[in-house]
Amino acid sequence: MNDVEVPAVQRLSWSVRRELWENRSIYLAPLSVAGLVLVGFSISLFTLPSRTRAALTLSEPALRQAIEQPYLIVSIILMAVDLFVAVFYCQDALYGDRRDRSVLFWKSLPVSDLMTVLSKASIPILVLPLVTFVATVATQTVMLLAGSAVLAASGMSPSILWSHVSLLDISRINFGHLVAFHGVWYAPFYAWLLLASAWAPRVPFLWAALPPVAIGVIERIAFNSTHFATLVMHYFLGGGEMTPGAGAPPMTMEMLTPHPLGQLLISPALCAGLALSAVFLLGAVRLRRVRGAI
Amino acid sequence: MAYIEARGLHKTYGATVALDRVDLQVEEGRIVGLIGANGAGKTTALNAIVGLTAYAGHLRVLGRDPWTERDRLARDVCFITDVAVLPRWIRVSQALDFVAGIHPRFDRAKAEAFLAKTGIGADRKVGQLSKGMVTQLHLAIVMAIDARLLVLDEPTLGLDLLSRKQFYDALLTDYLERSRTVLVATHQVEEVQHVLTDVLFIDRGRIVFSRSMEEVESRYQEVFVHPDRLATARALHPIAERDGVGHTVLMFDGADRRQLAALGEMRTPSVADLFLAVMSNRGPREQGAVR
Repeated sequence: MNDVEVPAVQRLSWSVRRELWENRSIYLAPLSVAGLVLVGFSISLFTLPSRTRAALTLSEPALRQAIEQPYLIVSIILMAVDLFVAVFYCQDALYGDRRDRSVLFWKSLPVSDLMTVLSKASIPILVLPLVTFVATVATQTVMLLAGSAVLAASGMSPSILWSHVSLLDISRINFGHLVAFHGVWYAPFYAWLLLASAWAPRVPFLWAALPPVAIGVIERIAFNSTHFATLVMHYFLGGGEMTPGAGAPPMTMEMLTPHPLGQLLISPALCAGLALSAVFLLGAVRLRRVRGAI
Repeated sequence: MAYIEARGLHKTYGATVALDRVDLQVEEGRIVGLIGANGAGKTTALNAIVGLTAYAGHLRVLGRDPWTERDRLARDVCFITDVAVLPRWIRVSQALDFVAGIHPRFDRAKAEAFLAKTGIGADRKVGQLSKGMVTQLHLAIVMAIDARLLVLDEPTLGLDLLSRKQFYDALLTDYLERSRTVLVATHQVEEVQHVLTDVLFIDRGRIVFSRSMEEVESRYQEVFVHPDRLATARALHPIAERDGVGHTVLMFDGADRRQLAALGEMRTPSVADLFLAVMSNRGPREQGAVR
């Protein structure tokens, strides 16, 4: 019989699409939060001219902070949404279909366990950060345009906004933070959750939390040290690469800038993190093969 | 080449032996029924064959090792294990989209034509469908895949009589009209026995009976014996005996037909009766599969 095959790229793309069908929160959560932010922002527009007029009397750093702050808050809120959705997605991704027994259907199809796990890992590492990035930049663009219109209508020059908030900078900063940091840098956390999701007989989130907590507690009692917890926390906070630059003013978009982004991507910590992610994901593939329906 | 070839297929769960050095062969074009009681090892055997469970011993399906090549094998082998395993969140159209996207042998038009007959709308979610309809949907997908081997494990368990009939009617008219190779495990023997070419009985992890249906028809006879002739009949070594109304039904293996005809009315036993006869001769099940 002839050996027909669907190209791997096509199978992977359908597998990712499948994830989006099942987990609509991947795009609905960022979009609806972005919508809420815009509602709040449009109410604040009533006072924008008076606030801007008052800010004009401030010194440059304070002025910058006053103007940029709403944009920074939008970025932070949507980043929190990204993280929240990613964690909930990962802990259920390989557990949910074992629980509802649909794993018996998925495994009857010519998609390898490796491809299934990779398609699921791509959601928090790539898809979700990109969706959140688009939602964030779109929201901030609307804010900038609406703000300009309101300022112009009240007889002020919108240039005060544009000189502090550049769309190019916003895109660059959000992209760097969301895709590089929340996506790629956090990959070991997501991979660990996926591993727990593939393994857990129930409540995968608790199973994911148990080993690190146990290690921390044992270390504390046995050696009276907290190296493990410090290490994890240090990595979570960006491993020193995400500390704002010395000159960056607080509460401005620059706060989110890795310093610099290139350095983050070539840092040994990231290489170690990605290596660890690969180990966790291969473990998840192995478990996906062995574990059946619950 | 045998489509399924198992030699010394073995599987244990802790101290429990689920498959006890099973030898099994399924040739192209056969429709094989695997019959056994609960816990006899049916599901374990089928799971090993479709690559859902690891095993010891030799097993080749279409010449491949199902445990290490499940996804490759899934292009040529379709299976339905358990009832209604389609995810509740998926829409009918999405299920078809996905399978069409990843399966090289899926004929979408065929699946849609079948679904049109069942009245299952494309925008319905699986969660909104009855269990019988979910099974029909799964069957629509499976039948639209031009597979070389179909494995069914209790595909109608827990469905009502009407849904079970619809399932097998569809399988019979649309699927089995072409030469197919099927391995089906079920309790409801009477629903499949007229399509089977072979039967296997499995008990406590071992294949205890393996015959083609022609062999069954030529070797086994049931005779309705009047009480007057019972002693004569028993002298011919029946393999099983049960009471009927006003007569006793005796089952014979390979007895002389003319002799039997003299004893009373004859017929070919049903697979279910044959199963019961074979099992009763194997002693009580209470010892179970646990050693």
